[in-house]
Amino acid sequence: MNNILAIAHKELKSYFASPIAYIVIGFSAILYGWFFINLLYYFDRISMQAGAGFGGPQSVNVNEQLISPLFLNVSVILLFTLPLVTMRTYSEEKRSGTIELLLTSPLTDLQIVMGKFLGGLTLYAAMLAVTVVHMGFLFAFGNPEWRPVLSGYLGLLLMGGCFLSLGLFISSLTRNQIVAGMVTFAVFLLFWVINWIATFMGPTTQNVLNYLSITEHLNDFTRGVVDTKHLVYYVSFIAFSLFLTVRAVDSERWRG
Amino acid sequence: MIEVQHLTKRYGPTTAVDDISFRVEKGEVLGFLGPNGAGKTTTMRVLTGYIPPTEGRAIVAGYDVFDQPIEAKRRTGYLPELPPLYPEMTVRDYLLFVSRIKAVPRGERKARVGEIMERTRITDVAERHCGKLSKGYRQRVGLAQALLHNPEVLILDEPTAGLDPKQIIETRQLIKQLGGDHTIILSTHILPEVSQTCQRVVIINKGRVVAVDSPENLTARLRGSETMYVQVDAPVIGDVRAALQAVPGVTEVAVAETRGNIANCEVNSESGRDVRRELASAVVSRGWGLLELRPLRMSLEEIFLHLTTEDVAHE
Ligand SMILES: Nc1ncnc2c1ncn2[C@@H]1O[C@H](COP(=O)(O)OP(=O)(O)OP(=O)(O)O)[C@@H](O)[C@H]1O
Ligand SMILES: [Mg+2]
Repeated sequence: MNNILAIAHKELKSYFASPIAYIVIGFSAILYGWFFINLLYYFDRISMQAGAGFGGPQSVNVNEQLISPLFLNVSVILLFTLPLVTMRTYSEEKRSGTIELLLTSPLTDLQIVMGKFLGGLTLYAAMLAVTVVHMGFLFAFGNPEWRPVLSGYLGLLLMGGCFLSLGLFISSLTRNQIVAGMVTFAVFLLFWVINWIATFMGPTTQNVLNYLSITEHLNDFTRGVVDTKHLVYYVSFIAFSLFLTVRAVDSERWRG
Repeated sequence: MIEVQHLTKRYGPTTAVDDISFRVEKGEVLGFLGPNGAGKTTTMRVLTGYIPPTEGRAIVAGYDVFDQPIEAKRRTGYLPELPPLYPEMTVRDYLLFVSRIKAVPRGERKARVGEIMERTRITDVAERHCGKLSKGYRQRVGLAQALLHNPEVLILDEPTAGLDPKQIIETRQLIKQLGGDHTIILSTHILPEVSQTCQRVVIINKGRVVAVDSPENLTARLRGSETMYVQVDAPVIGDVRAALQAVPGVTEVAVAETRGNIANCEVNSESGRDVRRELASAVVSRGWGLLELRPLRMSLEEIFLHLTTEDVAHE
């Protein structure tokens, strides 16, 4: 465990030593703020309509009409920011030769991968922490339910974990961080639009594609439902990606 | 302490290391010598568990590097060809990080880092970012990194590359001090380094071991016959050659150079036969001046070239 923490700590420090941490956190704060204001404006309108009885929605709910869509929008932010977080994790170590230090130290490959994953996840958690401010406003001026908010954050953390583990795997395949970043973005995009494609397909394919979509599984979390089905999906997605990363690092050794 | 058995490493069609075997005893300093592309780095990478061998085994500090990598790595310090530094970290933070992943106990890390920085003379750059160091300092930080956890075995890939002459001497002295307590393998192209720091030399070429011996024995063994350098002051230069040739045991005399009355000769004699006394009396009894008389040794450079050049390999 100490080894994992040592790597995670080192990763986190290097994020903050480079502009990446600031870009990622700043960018997500701006984008999130923008979503927040738009949805708030929209919510304000529908609640006024409802209040005036103009045939709008019958009931107005902060959780369903504001917080849930807000959480779902976060996936857009992740699409752009998380490739920046993972692109250099392995690529840069390979390019600069520091991977030789890690692989000749008394660490297992799994510890290194876990450490890097944990480092990325911590940075991501810092990104999410910024959004807590907006939530604070809603709790201060409104009366939302806290359960869907908590489960929503859990869902976001897990969804980000999926993106991070996938990005880590892609980074382990190349020594060029730019290539790693672009491929990661393309793959994220694929997982993100997969349920749009699903709408053009037959019912069976649709179900399969929806199941595969990383973002689709977030819906229930934002509604306050922590379903084992989704938990299993996210956790096994992360475990499988990390496993692939370990395999990639090991097979690289054999090829030399 | 280190045992390499029939080690082979292939990269696709290229064979980087071809069936090499050698041992290093505890406390010994072994020099690994060979031209570019000989397979030195590849062998060291296998010994440190960075890459697996294609065939054969390597045992370091009693542990097979492939079967029990963690145990072997705990006992090994490694300076790769390119010092593995994180450019954004300061030297001190870097060494603290390395001491953490090398399992130096938490309470000892700070003191240990300070001590090693003193020893490798990098204390003055402790707060500098690794990315901003000069080549020589990078090399020294790399060496410091290898020593941090006080490993039994040290594997140093060209430890003096990029250092200035003063630093080279200091680093060699450091390596000599470390030998005895530590078992060391170092690779180099620089021959005097081997004779100054190592008890034994492994010369490899194209992935194969061509010689294993002490630097002195290598020098002696390759000197098929004994060669003396004789400088004589004689009134008639032409007589010198015949006079020296007449000494029993002398096989060949070459007058290399003459300047005025002085002749510089190289005298070959049967191997194992010391003809110095006879040579001296042959010169002195004729009333000539004996200015210099000394054995010529084949330098390590010559041996190295001898062993690693193509046409000699067929002998
Ligand atoms: N990753 C690799 N993939 C393919 N071939 C490699 C790889 N690494 C080394 N080689 C080849 O293996 C051979 C031995 O290389 P190695 O780096 O071990 O030599 P070296 O003795 O360290 O040379 P130098 O003195 O230049 O450092 C060379 O022919 C090299 O081209
Ligand atoms: Mg080399």
